[in-house]
Amino acid sequence: MTQQQTEGGDVRLTGISKTYGSFKAVQPLDLTVPQGSFFALLGASGCGKTTTLRMIAGLEEATTGTISLGGRDITDLPPYKRPVNTVFQSYALFPHLDITENVAFGLRRRGIKSVKKQVDDMLDLVQLGDFAKRKPHQLSGGQQQRVAVARALINHPQVLLLDEPLGALDLKLRRQMQLELKRIQTEVGITFIHVTHDQEEAMTMADTVAVMNAGRVEQLGAPADLYENPKTTFVANFLGTSNLIEGEIAEAGEDILVGAGGMTLRLPAGRCQAPAARGGKLLLGVRPEKISLAHADDADSIAAGRNRVTGRIIDSSFIGVSTQYVVESPAGKALQVYEQNIERDTRLTPGAEVVLHWNPAHTFGLDAAQDIDAGVETVEDAT
Amino acid sequence: MPVLRWLRRHLIVIAGLLTLAYMILPNIVVMVFSFNKPNGRFNYAWQRFSLDAWTDPCGVADMCGSLSLSLQIATWATIGATALGTMIAFALVRYRFRARGAINSLIFLPMAMPEVVMAASLLTLFLNMGAQLGFWTVLIAHIMFCLSFVVTAVKARVMSMDPRLEEAARDLYAGPVQTFLRVTLPIAAPGIAAGALLAFALSFDDFIITNFNAGSTVTFPMFVWGSAQRGTPVQINVIGTAMFIIAVLVVVAGQLIANRRKNSARP
Repeated sequence: MTQQQTEGGDVRLTGISKTYGSFKAVQPLDLTVPQGSFFALLGASGCGKTTTLRMIAGLEEATTGTISLGGRDITDLPPYKRPVNTVFQSYALFPHLDITENVAFGLRRRGIKSVKKQVDDMLDLVQLGDFAKRKPHQLSGGQQQRVAVARALINHPQVLLLDEPLGALDLKLRRQMQLELKRIQTEVGITFIHVTHDQEEAMTMADTVAVMNAGRVEQLGAPADLYENPKTTFVANFLGTSNLIEGEIAEAGEDILVGAGGMTLRLPAGRCQAPAARGGKLLLGVRPEKISLAHADDADSIAAGRNRVTGRIIDSSFIGVSTQYVVESPAGKALQVYEQNIERDTRLTPGAEVVLHWNPAHTFGLDAAQDIDAGVETVEDAT
Repeated sequence: MPVLRWLRRHLIVIAGLLTLAYMILPNIVVMVFSFNKPNGRFNYAWQRFSLDAWTDPCGVADMCGSLSLSLQIATWATIGATALGTMIAFALVRYRFRARGAINSLIFLPMAMPEVVMAASLLTLFLNMGAQLGFWTVLIAHIMFCLSFVVTAVKARVMSMDPRLEEAARDLYAGPVQTFLRVTLPIAAPGIAAGALLAFALSFDDFIITNFNAGSTVTFPMFVWGSAQRGTPVQINVIGTAMFIIAVLVVVAGQLIANRRKNSARP
């Protein structure tokens, strides 16, 4: 991404918004997608991510704001005049045309006569050379998906838009296609803007992820940065799982000391997203895999300087590579802890009294005025 | 009981064959009697085999004129009803506008109205407007009653069409006209063709509405009806048989083309 990061082909959204009647699908937002990057718009359904994508494609008219591509204002251009192509969620392959003609469609519409070589090359790129003469319905879901990618890429667009392109595939195929798409993107070097509700997919593939919620961008950054330093409870809960502990600031300084459930926890001031004043409320966050679990009998052997929370295991599930515990504590009703199954302590069963401890540097602080459960996936959402 | 077991196993085939026979028998009678040489003017009893009618199909006064008129009316009615009906179907499926629901149900009115009532009221309408009865009044009436059928056939097809396909076309540099010609029309074509065939068949053999509104013009169904009073020429059966054979050939050809396409797609 670094050497391709020139001003030349950046996608720039300025104050872009979309309103349907009184419903604000997309709040005015500013977004810059650097040329050559793999950019993901991540959010739950109805958060405005697809509408944003469709505005870039020109399939949806923006209510306010402008869209520019490499410095050129394309806000009022119809979709067929934009150097942008889309891979649709349903693929939208033309059922009456064979694979060759599907892939050649964009070239032919621009009056290019000799398309054979380009089509063959493109089908080789997506490893579908043997299927050129088939009709779309004779292909499997994964193959259709690759045709949709080929049909868009053959036009050498400045930006490729992908609208949940892997949503219809089963899990195994999806993982395979994620790597495949990443490979293609690296190979062709075109800017990819990828819309998805699958946080793992976004983190696996994209250089930059924009987390969207209720028509706004909540936070934008590299996957690891978003995961380690969430700025809102929505991001903390939507990307992976977070334990959020409500507490009161006992001492502000280079390290903030927070009292929660009778215990004092430490938080580096640099990792606190809210103003820290003595007596103020704060949400402390820590990821389940950063926490270590010790039986209460071994509490003395825990190194000094670590954050400690005492509690009792109320549930544990063994999932092979790790064991996931749910711990009830004065600091929080259901704290999640993921332990690697290296040396399993057989005493750690439901009912056992335990001490949770972690490096204070892994703690992050959030503004307590937010909904603590924002972005938590409910059973219906989880797909 | 082997007989019973055989019956049980082949019940569906037997029922199917019987139904087929039930449908085809009248057509066979038409065909067979086109080779008859009747005594007198009525072609109702088998006498002896003859090719007279086939070698001289236009031998009956005014019959081929009426046939040609019917074919002309059917052709124009098909074109008119298919063009209008296709547009209506697209409008009803693709767009939300006021009175859409009302139009959706009104479109079925001509189908639901008893034909003879419709015929009489059309005549009233034409007379009140001072229209000259003839080719044009018949054509207008035919387009009207064919419309509902075309709309129904095309609508079913358009409803099953994914609007994303047209978005994909626009995304791939096809302007509005190209999108319509390259994507919308080819995909809707089976529905439009079904509507057109239906319109042609309905218009070609309509008698009631035509009879009321034709004035002194005589279409083929009117000719057959008129001649039935005075005697039925064998040539009527010849025309009927010819139409039947042409229709069967068209269907078979269509199937063959579809099959070949399917096979060529599977190397």
